Amino acid sequence: MTQQEALFKYILRLGDNALIHSHRLSEWCSNAPFLEEDLALTNLALDMIGRAQALLQYAGSVEGKGRTEDTLAYRRSERQYYNNLLVELPNTDFAYTIARLLFVSAFEKEYYAALQNSADSTLAAIAAKTLKEIKYHFAHAHDWVVRLGMGTEESKQRVQNAVNDWWMYTSELFEMDETDEQLVKDGIVPDLKALYPAWLQAVTDTLKAASLDVPVSGYMQTGSRKGIHTEHLGHLLSEMQYLQRAYPDAEW
Amino acid sequence: MDQVQDIVSKDRAMLARFEERVQAGDAVEPRDWMPEAYRKHLIRQISQHAHSEVIGMQPEGNWITRAPSLRAKQILLAKIQDEGGHGLYLYSAAETLGITRTEMIGQLHTGKAKYSNIFNYPTLTWADIGAIGWLVDGAAIVNQVSLQRTSYAPYSRAMVRICKEESFHQRQGYEIMAKMMKGTAEQKEMAQDAMNRWWWPSLMMFGPHDSDSPHAADAFRWKIKRHTNDELRQKFIDKTVPQAELIGLTVPDPDLKWNDEKGGYDHGEINWDEFKQVINGNGPCNKQRLQHHKQVHDNGAWVREAAEAYKARTNNQSSN
Ligand SMILES: [Fe+2]
Ligand SMILES: [Fe+2]
Ligand SMILES: [Fe+2]
Repeated sequence: MTQQEALFKYILRLGDNALIHSHRLSEWCSNAPFLEEDLALTNLALDMIGRAQALLQYAGSVEGKGRTEDTLAYRRSERQYYNNLLVELPNTDFAYTIARLLFVSAFEKEYYAALQNSADSTLAAIAAKTLKEIKYHFAHAHDWVVRLGMGTEESKQRVQNAVNDWWMYTSELFEMDETDEQLVKDGIVPDLKALYPAWLQAVTDTLKAASLDVPVSGYMQTGSRKGIHTEHLGHLLSEMQYLQRAYPDAEW
Repeated sequence: MDQVQDIVSKDRAMLARFEERVQAGDAVEPRDWMPEAYRKHLIRQISQHAHSEVIGMQPEGNWITRAPSLRAKQILLAKIQDEGGHGLYLYSAAETLGITRTEMIGQLHTGKAKYSNIFNYPTLTWADIGAIGWLVDGAAIVNQVSLQRTSYAPYSRAMVRICKEESFHQRQGYEIMAKMMKGTAEQKEMAQDAMNRWWWPSLMMFGPHDSDSPHAADAFRWKIKRHTNDELRQKFIDKTVPQAELIGLTVPDPDLKWNDEKGGYDHGEINWDEFKQVINGNGPCNKQRLQHHKQVHDNGAWVREAAEAYKARTNNQSSN
């Protein structure tokens, strides 16, 4: 794999994570437990669409074949998507959505802080901008996990279930393949394994503050680095890509 | 007996003073004395307006996950978020009149409070997102610009803030339509079809002729309302028809004709029977919209309860 190919594939992973997570969050629009939270979740989704746009646009320019952010978002099939499985899982309920946001934002908080030092100036600039947003995402997730954990019996049970059920999707966030190794060597991207202790600490702190149990790690799900996804991604993409696929000659 | 008489004549004096003030163009603040009927009228109108903003999130939300480009998705999502924000300001404005948001939502669910009829129509294609922004927000602006000078100050302040955002929405919607009209044959057909379906319901948004409008007289006397429904509708038509022509859309009204004498368009008769049917719950989406709102509200109950319980717990801790 050339450096260019590795970088292209790696940026797709970042862009896809932002795009697919934003898709799930945007599904809360007009579906949230109350109006203020509807607006808050939409805000997170908007941040992530913006990030996906910047990243996919950059991926297209690295590839150099004239693909835009929209061709990359709307014309790739599920086996060509590289987002983590966690972000494509259906929202399920508010507790699951919040548990996911905690896991992902705790990761991205460390990740984008490290990516700011990238030898690639475009990635470093995107990271600096993203980091400001992520801090807010993490605060939002943290506050809700605590509220739910310390709220009612029911909310505590629900958020604990969500944390337990989706724990098995968290180690994939730190998985590294040959693209990582190649780019880490040149100081372009951070070593993901090195971020794990800080992530675990942040998540543990939040769960403890919410008087929730930290799950014991067992079997962990994997696949997305090779483009192997859950059944859910295909449905998500067929909805998202419907107009672009049905009217391939149209501009919108 | 004397006491009752006293109260009655005192009330009458207050009412006279109130009406004098309003006639002179004074703004009414929440702490000012106001007749009960004025308060009720405003609660009905403002809460209906708030519910419309919120229910309106559904038909547009229907296309978020299918928006055809990242930019389009971002614009649509931000637009719907604005509408939710309008709902929030308006609920707050209504709360200054002594009703809670929970009570207002309760009235929406029992059917006592209404929302704009327009949102009982479905969004069937992407062009409907363009048509809503352009026509529905366009009609709302005409109405809301006139309400910027309404006599109740919190309502008028909310309108000033909201109007700025609505004109963005209108431009963005028009941009979608314009782009489609420059696009493929299928896109043009979609855009014209959306125009055909949304034109008449948009005209109905201004309400019946004022002679058939049940609360019109009070609303004018108290300067809640400053223009008649027909005046506002005319303004909308005159502003919108040239926009349609500019991008090649046909207005689906064979009787539409420029009238030199009045300096505006004459238009065909509105189907008031359809209007009444939709108001009475028989529109294509009435049940769906209300059911959706109730279901979301019920599904979210455990989250709101958790937030309340947590707040009560932390308040206790800090007061101990
Ligand atoms: Fe609005
Ligand atoms: Fe409005
Ligand atoms: Fe609007």
